[in-house]
Amino acid sequence: MAILTYLEAIRQGIWEEMERDASVFLLGEDIAAYGGAFKVTAGLLERFGDERVIDTPISESAIVGAAVGAALMGMRPVAEMQFMDFISCGFDQIVNMAAKIHYRWGARVPLVIRGPAGAGVHGGPFHSQSNEMWFVHTPGLKVVVPATAYDAKGLIKASIRDDNPVIFFEHKYLYRRVKDEVPEEDYVVPLGKAAVRREGSDLAIITYGAMVRTALEAAGQLMTEGISVEVVDLRTLLPYDEQCILASVRKCSKVMLLHEDTRIGGMAGELAAMITEKAFEDLDGPVVRVTAPDTPVPFSPPLEDYFLPGVQKVVEAARKLAAY
Amino acid sequence: METARGASPLAKSRTDRKKTPGPDPQLLERMLYYLKLTREAESRIEQVLYRQGKIVGGVYVGRGQEAIGVGSAIQLVEGDVVLPSHRDFSCFLIRGFTLRQILCNWMGRANGPTRGRDNTLHIGDVNRGVIPIISHLGDTCPVACGVAMVLKRRGKNNVALVHFGEGTSSRGDVHEAMNMAGVMKLPVIFICNNNAYAYSTPTSKQYAVKDLAVRGAAYGMPGIVVDGNDILAVFSVVAEAIARGRRGEGPSFIECKTFRMSGHSAHDAAEYVPHELFEQWKQKDPIARFEKFLLAKRFLTEKQIERLGAEVTEQVDDAVAYAESSPLPEGASAAEGVYCGPDCWWKESSR
Repeated sequence: MAILTYLEAIRQGIWEEMERDASVFLLGEDIAAYGGAFKVTAGLLERFGDERVIDTPISESAIVGAAVGAALMGMRPVAEMQFMDFISCGFDQIVNMAAKIHYRWGARVPLVIRGPAGAGVHGGPFHSQSNEMWFVHTPGLKVVVPATAYDAKGLIKASIRDDNPVIFFEHKYLYRRVKDEVPEEDYVVPLGKAAVRREGSDLAIITYGAMVRTALEAAGQLMTEGISVEVVDLRTLLPYDEQCILASVRKCSKVMLLHEDTRIGGMAGELAAMITEKAFEDLDGPVVRVTAPDTPVPFSPPLEDYFLPGVQKVVEAARKLAAY
Repeated sequence: METARGASPLAKSRTDRKKTPGPDPQLLERMLYYLKLTREAESRIEQVLYRQGKIVGGVYVGRGQEAIGVGSAIQLVEGDVVLPSHRDFSCFLIRGFTLRQILCNWMGRANGPTRGRDNTLHIGDVNRGVIPIISHLGDTCPVACGVAMVLKRRGKNNVALVHFGEGTSSRGDVHEAMNMAGVMKLPVIFICNNNAYAYSTPTSKQYAVKDLAVRGAAYGMPGIVVDGNDILAVFSVVAEAIARGRRGEGPSFIECKTFRMSGHSAHDAAEYVPHELFEQWKQKDPIARFEKFLLAKRFLTEKQIERLGAEVTEQVDDAVAYAESSPLPEGASAAEGVYCGPDCWWKESSR
C-alpha cells in the first residue's frame, strides 16, 4: 500500500472515478493547465483532455450553474472552488437551484463542489473559513468533511457516485500534512457514516475535519492523566450519523463537541440538541462545546492561534468535564 | 421610459427572413394553435381561476408576449433543450406537457408534475428537454451553459434556448453565463423578453443603453433586436441563431421588444403603467397580427380560425375540470424525496 498525502488521495480518487466513468468531468478556475491553486487536479488535463478538465472564467455562479445543467443532462460534474470561501459567489445556484431540483420535480442532480477550507495557514478572513454550516442548513445537499487521506479518497469517490449535490470540504491544513496508507484499489467510504477513531470510556469527543487530529492528540495527553477519551470523526455532516454518535454518548456519558467553525449555529449546537433529545438519561454532565469564537478568521499568527481551538483548550475543557 | 420601437430592427429581421426558409403552412397553423391555447389558458388562470380562489399563490402570465415563446420553441428538435421564463407558457405545451398536467400544477394537485411541491410553471422534465426557472430569475442562464457543454460534446448539433426578461438581464448570473458561453462557444440562444417593466420598474431604471442587444458584442456573440410581437420576425431571427449554434459557431443574444399586457402578477393592477401604453400595444397584439397575416395570405379562413378558437376553449375547459377533480397531496408526503436515493420516490412514478 502506498503512503499518500491527503491531497494526493483526493487526486487519486478523482482520477479513478474519471477512469471508470466517462460522465465524470471537472470544471473550475485554473484547474486544467495550471493544475489548480493547490495542485489537486495536476496531471488530469494531460490524461483526460480539455473536454473533461475545463478551465472556466472567474464565475463561481456560472461554474455551479453549469455543473447543474450538465448533471441534469446525465453527467457527473466535479466543480472546484479555488477556496471554499469563494463558494459564497455561487451560493444561490447551490442552495436554490441544485439543492431543490430533486424535491421539486424529481430530476437527478449528481454533482460535487469541492475545494479547500479551514484555517491554520495564515490565509486571513477570506481564505480560511470553515463555512460548512451554510450548507448543512440546506435540505437536499450532502456535506462531507474528510479528516484522513484514506477517507479523503474513499469519500470523494462516494461523493462523485452519489446522485445528489455534494459539498466536499477539504481542509487545506491537512493537504500535505496528513499522510496515510491508501489502497491503490477501488474502495469507497460511504456517505453518512461516522468513524470511531479512538476507543475510550470516560468521555466522547465528537468532531470532524482537522479537529480530529487535535482531538486525538488531546486524548493521548489525557490518557496519561487517567482520562479515557473516545474520539468520533463525523466524516459526513449532512446527513450525519446519529446512531454512531448516540452509541458513544451512551458508552461514555460525557460529551464534548469540537469544531474549528465558529460557535453560534455551528454543528455542535445541532448535535447538542439532538443528544439531549435522544440521550438525556444517559448524560452525566453538561454537553460541552469547544469551538472557535464568533469572529471572522483573523490573519496575524497570534490572532489566528487564539482563534483556533488547539490541543490545550481541548485538554482543559476535557479535564473539567471529566471531573464533573 | 424606453419602449419597444422598431422600424429598423423589423426591417433587419425581414432581411434575415429572406435568408432562412420560413415556416410552412402546417407549421403556421400550429403556431397559431399554440398562441391561442396559451392565451386562453393563461386568461382562464389569471382572470377566472385566480379570482375564484382556485389557484393560490402567485400568478404570472405572458399576455401580449406569446409570440416569443411560440416563435422560438416551435423550432426545437429532438435533443434540444429549452429553459423558459415564467412568461413562456407555450414552451411547455410545445415540448409535450399536457394542459391537464400544467393546470394540476397551478392548482397544487398530487398528480401535477411537481406533486404540489412547486407552483406555476416551475415544472421540468429532462426527457422532454425542459428545465424550469426558479424564482431567482437568471439562474437558468448558467444552467443553460452546462446543458450546452454536454450538447456540444455529444456532437449532435443540438442547442439550448434560454428565455429571460430585461429585468433579469441586470443579474450577475446572466453576465456570467453570457461570458462563459462566449468564451466556450456554447450553442446557447439567449432570448430576452423585453416587456418594458420588471414588476414596476421601467427600462430607464433597469439599464442605461437604448438596446440591450448591444451587450451581445461584449460577450463575443451577435446581438439582435427584433419585434417580439411579430411571430414571423421572431421565428426568422431565432432560426438564424439556432442555425449558427448548430453549426458550432457559438451563442447568440436576441432582444425581443414586447410589452407586458398585465400586471407583474395577478394581484398587481399595474397602475404605474401609463394607460396609453396599454392602448398602443393592444394595437400590436401578436395574435391578432398573425391572424391578419394568415387571412391576408389565405393560409387560413375565418372559419378555420374560429374552429381553432373553439378547440382551444374546449381543451382548457377539459384541463380545468380535470385539475379541479384531481386530489390534493397528502400533507405528510412533504417529507419524501429530499434526496435521490435507491428508494427514490420519483423513480417509482410514471411521470
